[in-house]
Amino acid sequence: MYRFLLLTRTLEERLESLFKQGHVIGGLYRCLGQEATAVGSAWALEKGDWLAPSIRDAGALYVRGLPAIEMLRQYTARALSPCAGKDNTTHFTIPELGLLGPISPLGTQLCVLNGVALAFKQRGEDRVCLTYQGEGASRTGASHEGFAMAAALNLPIVVVLEHNRWSFGTPSNRAAAVEDWADTAGAYGLPVRSVDGNDLLEVYEASRQAVERARSGGGPGVIVAETYRMLGHAQHDSQRYIPPEELEEWRHRDPIQRFEKVLLDDGWLSEAGLQEIRDDVDREITESVETVLAESYPPSESARTRVFADPALDPPEPWTRILSPEAGAR
Amino acid sequence: MSETTYLEAIRDAMREEMLRDDSVFILGEDVGRYGGAFKITEGFLDEFGPDRVIDTPISEAAIVGAAIGAAHMGMRPIAEMQFIDFIAPAFDMIVNFAAKSRYRTGIGAGIVIRGPCGGGARSGPFHSQNVESFFANVPGLKMVAPATARDAKGLLIAAIRDPDPVLYFEHKFLYRRIKEEMAPGEEIVVPIGEARLHREGTDLTIVTYGAMVWKSAEAADRLAEEDGADIEVIDLRSIRPLDIDAIVGSVKKTGRLLIVHEAPKFGGFAGEITAQVCEEAFEWLDAPIRRVTAIDTPVPYAPTLEDYYLPQTEDIVAAARWLLAY
Repeated sequence: MYRFLLLTRTLEERLESLFKQGHVIGGLYRCLGQEATAVGSAWALEKGDWLAPSIRDAGALYVRGLPAIEMLRQYTARALSPCAGKDNTTHFTIPELGLLGPISPLGTQLCVLNGVALAFKQRGEDRVCLTYQGEGASRTGASHEGFAMAAALNLPIVVVLEHNRWSFGTPSNRAAAVEDWADTAGAYGLPVRSVDGNDLLEVYEASRQAVERARSGGGPGVIVAETYRMLGHAQHDSQRYIPPEELEEWRHRDPIQRFEKVLLDDGWLSEAGLQEIRDDVDREITESVETVLAESYPPSESARTRVFADPALDPPEPWTRILSPEAGAR
Repeated sequence: MSETTYLEAIRDAMREEMLRDDSVFILGEDVGRYGGAFKITEGFLDEFGPDRVIDTPISEAAIVGAAIGAAHMGMRPIAEMQFIDFIAPAFDMIVNFAAKSRYRTGIGAGIVIRGPCGGGARSGPFHSQNVESFFANVPGLKMVAPATARDAKGLLIAAIRDPDPVLYFEHKFLYRRIKEEMAPGEEIVVPIGEARLHREGTDLTIVTYGAMVWKSAEAADRLAEEDGADIEVIDLRSIRPLDIDAIVGSVKKTGRLLIVHEAPKFGGFAGEITAQVCEEAFEWLDAPIRRVTAIDTPVPYAPTLEDYYLPQTEDIVAAARWLLAY
């Protein structure tokens, strides 16, 4: 778990340098401060389950088995990226890893993941779905409809509502007139549990319970993760609108430092053990960056392929390359 | 052999595909217990059970979204829009999720979204529209609009089996007015993207689809009788992919093209056909291309207003005469 937290953050730090060097195509969306919510919740899933991330849940993808190098390929629009250069960020779907890519219009992946959960239910499979949305995304019509459908059909799906205080430049008190975001989720008649989103083990425990209930036919569940978006919406956003004292307060609640303390205090790992993981993650990222920078963009004419199914024209599905025989979550 | 209505053909297509393939299922508003607003799925809930005939909340985005997700898992969902006008709340899900899914991720969304379109039933602005042009500019979508009972069945079966998203526009005015001989259980698959020659002729080509096929055919009969004109009528059946070869082939034969559709003119699909014919067969044209369409307003409610709004046989006859005299 520590490794995935670290991977999320370290990779993004490297992406920030790559962004400044002009290697990242388009925007860079950081997860800083929210790593524990993604990693802790995804850890509750099993192989065969499905997960749809939002933009700040890269850690969940690594937990599901996505190699870090694929995220680098995505952000640099390489031919070998999971989207083959046709879309960016976390927007890829990889069935073998149980990953459904979101799209930029928010709240929509809940509606689509409902369909995955519906198929599980129709076939009598005890598989579960889990997805994320920020409190901002939860204000969309798609989100409300998605919750309504999940509840009405009693689907095996867990929604992690990431209350990270900011939707782009708008504070959450402008998104809904509630103090406690659990109140909004409760309106669908679904069980809600609020957790400290920066406490990895608390997120995991709540997610595990919700996943278990969904798996045993208990229907959807909602987890409200209280967290904070420590950077702007994307790299171009200087974050000037955020009160500095608020940032400072949350800096003391950094999820990675907190988990390091748990690991050390409870004797799971020594400082040397932590360092070994840090070095290992660093090495993997350095090697991956080297590999990816040597790779090319997709050929221009491939812009025309894959609009419709066409076995004669389509290249092999790009994600098949990612998978080793033992692929799958953890 | 027995007479099958357009509506029964749609019902038969779904029922036979559901019997053939366990992964085919229906979801939408009032499709189960009530049997569908037009009773198309009457009896389905009893026959196939609540896991395959699913009553949903009034949440069109969630209906289409769930269809996409289920399709990703290998299911074959048919999402019903109670009236095709209500496809508007699902626009994002269709245009941004379903249409782009294969292109972005390599995973297609083999879904059917079907619903009653079209005017003439005195149903006002929100139960009468034709929405094909809303979606015509979106790569990744297929669109079909049957005019005959045989095509209603054959195109729906083809749509259900298609690996990509298909919007299926069924014209409510034709539901019980159009019928033809069809053997029960006859498997009819009409390939998507192929036009049908409805009436052969040499003097002028009318390209049309949906309910306007019948008004165009009526106009052609009158022109034959009153003017001795020999009119060809092409029923597109599929709007996208467009069978441009069939249109161009006919235009090269007749030298005159009239396009008839029920949606408004501005930005309507006739504009696209016009442009393509100009690009591919300009030298063969003996007259300008003309369009007969609805007027550029919402669909009005009162009979006097709606009749004025909709293209009528008179309008088609008049435009054809103008072209023939050019």
